[in-house]
Amino acid sequence: MGIMLKIDNINVYYGAIHAIKGISLEVDKGEIVTLIGANGAGKSTTLRTISGLLKPRTGKISFEDKIISGMPAHRIVECGVSQVPEGRRIFANMTVMENLELGAYIRKDKNAIQNDLKRVFKHFPRLAERKKQEAGTLSGGEQQMLAMGRALMSSPRLLLLDEPSMGLAPLLIKEIFAIIKDINEAGTTILLVEQNANMALSIANRAYVLETGKITLSGDAKELAASEEVRKAYLGG
Amino acid sequence: MNALRKADLKAIIISLVVFVVLQALLSTNSLDAFWQLNIILICINIILSVSLNLINGYTGQFSLGHAGFMAIGAYTGAVLSVNFHMPFIVSLITSFVTAAIIGGLIGLPTMRLSGDYLAIATLGLGEIIRIVIMNVNYVGGAAGFMGIPRHTNFAWAFFVMLFVLFFIKNYVNSSYGRACVAIRENEIAAEAMGVNTTKYKVLAFTIGAGFAGVAGCLFAHTFYIIHPSSFTFLASFNYLIMVVMGGMGSITGSIAGAFILTTVSALLSNWPELRMSIYALILIALMFYRPQGLFGNIEITSLPVLKRFKGGKQK
Repeated sequence: MGIMLKIDNINVYYGAIHAIKGISLEVDKGEIVTLIGANGAGKSTTLRTISGLLKPRTGKISFEDKIISGMPAHRIVECGVSQVPEGRRIFANMTVMENLELGAYIRKDKNAIQNDLKRVFKHFPRLAERKKQEAGTLSGGEQQMLAMGRALMSSPRLLLLDEPSMGLAPLLIKEIFAIIKDINEAGTTILLVEQNANMALSIANRAYVLETGKITLSGDAKELAASEEVRKAYLGG
Repeated sequence: MNALRKADLKAIIISLVVFVVLQALLSTNSLDAFWQLNIILICINIILSVSLNLINGYTGQFSLGHAGFMAIGAYTGAVLSVNFHMPFIVSLITSFVTAAIIGGLIGLPTMRLSGDYLAIATLGLGEIIRIVIMNVNYVGGAAGFMGIPRHTNFAWAFFVMLFVLFFIKNYVNSSYGRACVAIRENEIAAEAMGVNTTKYKVLAFTIGAGFAGVAGCLFAHTFYIIHPSSFTFLASFNYLIMVVMGGMGSITGSIAGAFILTTVSALLSNWPELRMSIYALILIALMFYRPQGLFGNIEITSLPVLKRFKGGKQK
């Protein structure tokens, strides 16, 4: 299968701090790829650079053979890349339905939007039950579902997920990861950033291990999960 | 869509009734000159507070320079009427355009700021506008601009206000308005959803500034004279208070805020030193008991009490 997203040697700075030091990675069409690593390794920074919230100082990012680095975030969404930001960032004072409608903000085709709405409700039946509820009153897990559903409403070909397990109970984490797998099987390519390396490696095809802004290991997710190095550093022995 | 037009029709009929009643009161001289003036001022203040609400309430960009844009409109209108003998409608439209262009130019750099920084920047820019006007002799400088024809009557003020209200109501209910509210709720998420945040922030700022200019033009043609001291940052605060009092993100709230505060300040005009104290007490009480403002972010048409009359289609 073809390469969908290609990151070529990007360097990202927060002011004077060199956060990403020359990362290159690829995501193929149809894959789940995960970035794992400790706090401050640059996982979220990488994701935010792809979605255009941050700009790389050098290097380039291309999506479906189109260079997207340097484009403003809203244009990148139009290209077919949608991000679920860390900490969910739902619109708390709007209803679940309004949140989902905003997810389809860039689209005009009403029928297609309705179809995607059905699809989101199929993945997340709980959101359908709570359509009219104010999003801020949802539980943490439901908010995560809403954030993912909202991102799917832009009908992305590549979905960027930033720490979907953050602050959730173990049982809910399992549920969320099962849904991520479903979404992938329905045809959306996924780049997943996760601290919970165990869970991430269990559903991913391939993985990259980040350490202080550099990729130190990469390869097949199952092989990495079995490797001594990764087990010691990230999987607790 | 049909229900929406029906609601619009109802609102227009109600406004016309209000207009006819007030106009009748005015024509029969049942109101003294002081209140005749104050009714016009209420209309002008409603335009100012509703346009500021578009920036502060709906888009969540804390602007403190509204009086500056009002000044631009006021002086543009006055110059056109006095020096170029333009018809009033031309003055009004030019005031809108001038204030909107300057608002847009100021908005482009400042809308990159957020929160306190934006408030300070707009506060400063509002003052700069005033001080520049104060030093331009062509418009009278610090002495003020005199001899402006008194074109603004109640009908003008009322129908311009009605136009602004409908424009902003339709704006905030459109996809543009939804983008604005998304930016207010969470700018990063809005951007991640594909909303061009800079564009919508600058657009809201431009439109808000433009209507402040229109209000300024009406204001200038109400009194024979305009003066830079009418457009200090205290005036900006005054409009902000109206918005906060009525509720950020509620048009009904802004109308109520402008109406109540203009009326209160008119009623207390005989006791100027008491006026500001009472003003302040009202605000303190409001913040204690209703920090979200009188209406919060709800419109009068969606209050539960009124919904019951609309046939109970609630869920």
